[in-house]
Formats: sequence, C-alpha cells, structure tokens
Amino acid sequence: MVGESIPGVGTMESEGKARRTLIGSLSSSFTLLILLALVAVFGLLQGTRFLNLGNAQDIVLNASQLLLITVGVTFVIITAGIDLSVGAVLVLSAVIAAKTMIWLSGTPEQVRAYEFPNQNVGIPVGLVAGILTGLVCGLVNGLLVTRLKLPSFIVTLGTLGVALGAARLITGGTTVPNVPQAVQRDVGLRELVGFDLGSAHVRLTPPMLVTALVVVVAWLTLSRTRFGRYTFAIGSNAAAARRVGINVDRHLLKVYGLSGLLAGVAGGFDLLRFGTASVGTHDSDNLAAISAAVIGGTSLFGGLGSIGGSVIGAFIPAVLRNGLVISRVQPFWQEILIGAILILAVYLDQRRRRTEERM
Amino acid sequence: MIGAKNGGSSEAVLRAVGIEKQFGPVRALQGVDFEVRPGEIVALIGDNGAGKSTFINVLTGVLSPDAGEIVFDGKRVRFASPQDSRARGIETVYQDLAVAPHLDAVANIFLGREYRMTGPLGALGFLDRDRMRRETEEQLRALRVRVPGLDRRLVTLSGGQRQGVAVARAVMWASKVVIMDEPTAALGVAQTEQVLDLIRQVRNNGIPVVFISHNMPHVFSVADRIVVLRLGEVVAELDPKRAEINDAVAAMTGAETRAERAEGATGGR
Repeated sequence: MVGESIPGVGTMESEGKARRTLIGSLSSSFTLLILLALVAVFGLLQGTRFLNLGNAQDIVLNASQLLLITVGVTFVIITAGIDLSVGAVLVLSAVIAAKTMIWLSGTPEQVRAYEFPNQNVGIPVGLVAGILTGLVCGLVNGLLVTRLKLPSFIVTLGTLGVALGAARLITGGTTVPNVPQAVQRDVGLRELVGFDLGSAHVRLTPPMLVTALVVVVAWLTLSRTRFGRYTFAIGSNAAAARRVGINVDRHLLKVYGLSGLLAGVAGGFDLLRFGTASVGTHDSDNLAAISAAVIGGTSLFGGLGSIGGSVIGAFIPAVLRNGLVISRVQPFWQEILIGAILILAVYLDQRRRRTEERM
Repeated sequence: MIGAKNGGSSEAVLRAVGIEKQFGPVRALQGVDFEVRPGEIVALIGDNGAGKSTFINVLTGVLSPDAGEIVFDGKRVRFASPQDSRARGIETVYQDLAVAPHLDAVANIFLGREYRMTGPLGALGFLDRDRMRRETEEQLRALRVRVPGLDRRLVTLSGGQRQGVAVARAVMWASKVVIMDEPTAALGVAQTEQVLDLIRQVRNNGIPVVFISHNMPHVFSVADRIVVLRLGEVVAELDPKRAEINDAVAAMTGAETRAERAEGATGGR
C-alpha cells in the first residue's frame, strides 16, 4: 500500500530487508550456536568422557526441572508478566508431595522403621498432591494479578516468600526424612523405554519422558493453537486483545496456573530423582528460568518468545555445568558464563529488533 | 436538535435519537440525534470535549446512554457491549492503532475470531492458519483493499500500513457500518491519503462509514455529509460540496451561536 506509491521507497526497503534478515538470522540462531559451541569445545577437550550417551542422559535429567519451569515462565513472560515464584512453588510442591506420601504410606511408627505398607497409594497420591499444590499456587498468582490489578513482579515476589516460608515451616527447615525410597527406585529410575544404541544402552525414565512430553505439548500449544495466539496477543497489546473480545483476565489466570502447575511437576521430580524434598536448593531457580527464557529470545516486554528458544536457553547452563565438572574446572564458572551470555544475548536481540522494527 | 431531521430518511442503517449521557456533573451528551444512511461517508466533527468519543462509545455499546434510543436495521436495539455491536455488523477502527504489533496481519484480522481446524485437533484449539490466510486474501481482493506483507509482523510495517491492517480488519467483518475514530491522527501525509482512499473504497463497496476527525481538509475531502457536535449537542449539518471549512470551524467553536454569546456574558472564570 505505502511502498508502491512513494518513489524510491521500494529500493530502500529491499536493501533494509536484506540487512534485517541477515542480522535477524544471526541473533536468533546465536543461542543455538552457543550451545553447539559448548558441546564442540567440551567434546574436543574431553572426547568420549563428555561425548557419550550416559552423559547426554545425565545432562537431560539435570536440565529437566529447569526445562519444566522455564516452559511455564516463557508463557508468563510472553504475556508481558513475570513469575518469580516458580522456584519456591517447586520447593513447596515437593514438600507437600513428600509429606502426603509419608502420611499415607504407613503409621508414624512404621515410617520411622522405614516400612511403607501403603506406599502403592501414598506415592501416586503424594505426587498428585504436589502437582495440585503447584497449580493452586499458580492460580493464586493469576487471581492476584487479574483481580487486584497488581504488577506480577510484586505478586510473585510475595508468593515466593509465602511458598518458601510455608515449605520451611512444614519441614522445620530441613530435608524431609523417611520418604518411601520406592518413589526414587521404582518410579523415578524406572526404565520406561529402553533400547540399545551401538554398544550403549539408552534408558528413558519417567522424568525424561514427562519433560519431553511437556516440551512438545507446550511448543504445539504456543505456536499452533488459539491459546498460544492469545498469549502473544495479550503480551503485544492487552487493550487490543480486550477490544476484540478476548477474555484477558481468564487467559492470564490460565497462564499463571500453567506456570504453577509445571513448577508442581518439577517439584515432584525432586522426589523421583533424589528420593526426598530438599528445601535448601532451588533458591535461584526462578532467576535461572527467567534467564533461560530470555537467552532463548523471549522478550521481557511481552509479545515475543518461543519454546524452542527456551529449551536451548535451559540446556546451556546444564551443558556448561556438566562440561566444567568433567573438565575438573570449578563449576562456579557456570554462573559467571551464564551471566555474560545473558547480557550478550539480550544485546544482540535488541539490536536485531531496532533494525527490524519501525515503531 | 437541528441536525438529522430533514425527511428523517426512513431507510437509515443506524439512527440515534435523543442520546443523553452524564458523567457526574458533566453533561457529555445532551440529546444527540444522528443517523447513518446507506452508502455514505458521514463525518462527525467537533472540538476536544465536544462529546465525539462518548457518542461513539454509546453507538458501539462501550457505554450505555442515560436516555435516548438507538435504532439499527429498523429495530430498536440496546448494545450491551462492543462485542454485541460487532456481532451485528458494526466495526470500529480506533485512533490508537488497536492492533497487536507482534502478530502478523492475518492474525490481527482474525484476532478473537480464529478459525480452528476441523476434527479433534480443532477441539484442542489448533488454528486453521491456511484457511484464515486464504480468506483474508480473497476478501481483501474482493474489497479491493491492498495490504502488503500479510504474513509480516506489524512492527515491521509503517504506521500507514498498520492502520491499513486495522481498516482492513474492520472492513472484512463489518456487514453494516464501519466507524473510524480519528483513523488518520497518527499518520503522515502519504499514508493519510491511502487511508482516505481506503475509506472511499469501503463506501463504494456499499458499507456506510462514520468518520470522526478534527482534521478539516481530511473531512472535506472524504465526507458526503458532515455533522458538527459541540458541547454534547448537534449544532449543524453541512454539505461539504456547498459549505466551506470556515463554516465547519465556526460551528465547531460556536463562533456564531447564541449559546456562545450567553456563555461569554456569564462565564466569570
């Protein structure tokens, strides 16, 4: 409409377009390049000590909890909100799951003697209770954001404190003891799918398969469904979304609920992987998830982001940590490098957008 | 009062009679009569605070009037919400570019009205993107509306192109009336000309347009009829072929009305 009628604009546009797509493709693949470069560097330095199937499975397993909460946080950030509470909700969900499990699996005396006659009921009900705890926390966040019209930063900072404090109150501040070990041994480490690949045996456990399922469903939901489209529309221009009749508040409630739900599932993973609920870890999981989403190209201003980017963003710290440990380098370097990558990724992203956008 | 009386053209698509609206002590609308006739561009003009936006909000169901009635398609109606008026074929284009800039043109045009796939995938909310794109192309071609880059995110388009998408969306869904609230306010000269062309095109396709603006040259270049609102009342109705811009400005500012003189005498501020 405009291009054709103004002399000279056509050529300017096509030049600008070429430059735009070049810079655009550079920075959108930047995070993938970093991930591949890390794999290449550790692979060259450590050879098969790093590049082997068992280690790849370790990395996937270690990334699984961060992946889950990053997926949830990605939806929230795309709506131009933030969820700082996911790490605390994860801890509270794990504690509720562990306590429910212990309570249902046997009498206090039996449990103290490590006997769990009812664990076939206790374990599944406990896991469901943990997941529901996450969902409820997320819905509370959503209700506070939409009903009280408070900034999500404040609401989720508040619920972070409430959830973490509640978890520590329930446990007295220590790791939950006397969890039925079957939850780790028979559920968390169970080989659901196994096959031989060359000389190595691949075992896929419930945490891996659940994570993969969540990632695929989230990717389809965000990129292919109406739910995903409304998520982007609300983050892009909430007033415009309201004007076309989208129920913005109800959608935001679902998005915060989803983030809490996935934090609840990640809390269940604590039990599956470690056989206990630890209140001392996950302190900075919320910031790790936000960093991963942002490194993956999600804009804190809303309207932009992808599950694929967030998955790459969540794998970068896991690969770094694993590679550094194998290389016998202090793993604390991971935090420093992630900080630098975060800043560089956002800088490149902003430059790309400035050349591409005309607002 | 004075306006919209001549013959009362019974076939008006949309007619508002004696609309009143009060906000606290402020009487924003004091009995407005207004009608939209088939195949016309009617301009609604007025100074800031004349009540244009309030009136449009009443017409589209954003606000409900304190008194008066709206007759649409020959029947008395009450629009409970903007969705209600949209469902009956009245579309509004807002001045502040009410689009989602991170979505592409097709997504914006179908926002809130997405087609889903048939079968179980559709029940899960999967979008039928091909069909939405195809229908957008077909409809816009039939309407002779040109929008470049249907699959480009709107942030990468110019202001005029973006407003073109907003107008195209209104045109695609409006079966009865398109209301445009200052659609050229944010645009440059060339872009404005394109939007004005688009407005004429909408009228030529048989859908009447209500055009709200304070830009007199735009109003005179595009309107078939001009209704002037001042302090919540219709104070004049002008024929742009006979009237001059000065007449419109005089009516808008009340330079010639008795009310103005009375106000000047008593207004001790």
